[in-house]
Amino acid sequence: MTTLQLPTSATVVTSVRPPGLWRRVSDVASLTYRNLVHIAREPLQLSDVTIQPILFTALFVYVFGAGVTMPHGGSYAQYAIAGMLALNLTTSAMGTAVGLSNDLNGGIIDRFRTLPMWRPAVLVGRSMTDLLTAIICTAFVAGTGLLVGWRPERGILYTLGGFAVFWLFSYAISWGCACLGIISKGPESAQGVGLVILFPLAIVSNALVPTAHMPPALRSFANWNPVSAVTAAARQLFGNPNPSMLVRAWPMQHPIAASLLWSLVLLAIFAPLATYLYRRRTTG
Amino acid sequence: MAAESMIHAEGLTKRYGDTVALDGVDLNVPAGSILGMLGPNGAGKTTAVRILTTLALPNEGHARVAGYDVVNQAALVRRNIGVTAQDATVDELLTGRQNLIMIGRLSGLSRVDAKRRADELLEEFELADAGGRVLKGYSGGMRRRLDLAAGLVTRPPVLFLDEPTTGLDPTSRVRMWDIIRQLVASGVTLLLTTQYLDEADELADQIVVVDHGRVIADGTPADLKTKVGGARLEVTLNEPNDEAAIALRPLTDGDVHVSHDGRRLRAPVRSGAGLAASVVRTLDQAGITVDDVEVHQPSLDDVFFALTGHPTSDADVLDDISLDDVKEVAR
Repeated sequence: MTTLQLPTSATVVTSVRPPGLWRRVSDVASLTYRNLVHIAREPLQLSDVTIQPILFTALFVYVFGAGVTMPHGGSYAQYAIAGMLALNLTTSAMGTAVGLSNDLNGGIIDRFRTLPMWRPAVLVGRSMTDLLTAIICTAFVAGTGLLVGWRPERGILYTLGGFAVFWLFSYAISWGCACLGIISKGPESAQGVGLVILFPLAIVSNALVPTAHMPPALRSFANWNPVSAVTAAARQLFGNPNPSMLVRAWPMQHPIAASLLWSLVLLAIFAPLATYLYRRRTTG
Repeated sequence: MAAESMIHAEGLTKRYGDTVALDGVDLNVPAGSILGMLGPNGAGKTTAVRILTTLALPNEGHARVAGYDVVNQAALVRRNIGVTAQDATVDELLTGRQNLIMIGRLSGLSRVDAKRRADELLEEFELADAGGRVLKGYSGGMRRRLDLAAGLVTRPPVLFLDEPTTGLDPTSRVRMWDIIRQLVASGVTLLLTTQYLDEADELADQIVVVDHGRVIADGTPADLKTKVGGARLEVTLNEPNDEAAIALRPLTDGDVHVSHDGRRLRAPVRSGAGLAASVVRTLDQAGITVDDVEVHQPSLDDVFFALTGHPTSDADVLDDISLDDVKEVAR
């Protein structure tokens, strides 16, 4: 070492204020940025929100579209894009489970815990990361959709409203995934369990095919599935064909209200639960 | 109180289920000094550090760091400490610079200050060239230096270093020692855990030896070495010679033990430069041919053996000369 001048003041700080709103926002922003750098550096994670949505959208529209006849006419592409958003955004929330589990199993959380920061920022930063990746994912799905013939019919504001319904839902789901990431043993098991829960949730819904011809048990599940409510709400807002309109279940009759209600209920359950579980896991 | 004792613990006890990790540990580190916490794997060193750095709660006892209670005033404690944990607590996927900026921001520095501080620290720790690289490409020594730099972002008055040189090559190790010395010269108080006696000896003002969650000895490095008996000389002769033990006696610090075959001699010595050369010269003058001369510094194993009568659990301290083997003692 040459002339090492380590500037330590050795002065004890004698007062500390609880982190104010600005500090909290800034802590969340720092951690969100960190998570985004991770995604950018991990080709697999990056492809989850870029290549996968393009591939899924193109494949489903051309493969399923060739076989599915819409009950009241209309093209499958018109019907499918809302479903593609549902499928991609529901499963992409898993990023939170995997990322959080990675953090908890490495040493970095210990570093954060010795810093005078706003502690829940670790969780909020994760959910904000998911929200941003959801927005990126939406852009890829919608872009691909436009290329394969999808057209929203009610103007830009309604279209954005349709996207927003998905973003809110995806945000709520990511808090559920946070719980999963905290209680799981490692990132692999978080991903495994997450897929087992989220994949059926996304598939047994009106996202990919109309529910009318499903067996009765699956059909009732699909009609009350939050993913169906969100998808139906988006179809309504996009002005796309929405066969679920004809289903008598309350959520299908009032999809926008139902989807907002679902998202808020999930958020009200999972956000406090994740905070509690995180505190429990990191205190000891 | 704060001015006198920067780290103060009384009766710290921590249980994980049936395992007692810490069993009533008392510590006291005066401002501006280094405490070396010495012990084998699983002795409770890391548990003690985790409690003192607010990462774990004690089951019994209490501790104050920088004058603040680690349980009830954790936020104030966190504001005053820097921590370098045993497993790297830096982000593998960020660059060195991004890591330091993030930690600065999370510690409440403005964006501009965080960047300036990151560049300062990279410069000081000779990481300026590597600052833009992702940590995955760092060597062990570089990573430790970055980890240490990460603990210094807010210029904390109290530092905790948990085994800062474990797994480092000798050069990186000596470099880390240099940094630690300069840190303390700048006035910080430091608690350092280590498995190496020479490290504690080299750096610490006071040493506590822990085993099975208890402090089994404490004192200055000199106190401790007196208990252990300092360094040990081992000489292997070309052929047995009865005169050798007598010739060596003036150079040693105690009795000279001769092995059964008469070729190997062992004695406690005060270590000093040129000792090996004097040994060879002395024996040569007495017409005795030497095959090998070794001066062993006491290891953690020797300390444990001296203090507890049993070796550290994961080390083999059996010497090649066992007691049954000793034929004769020269007085």
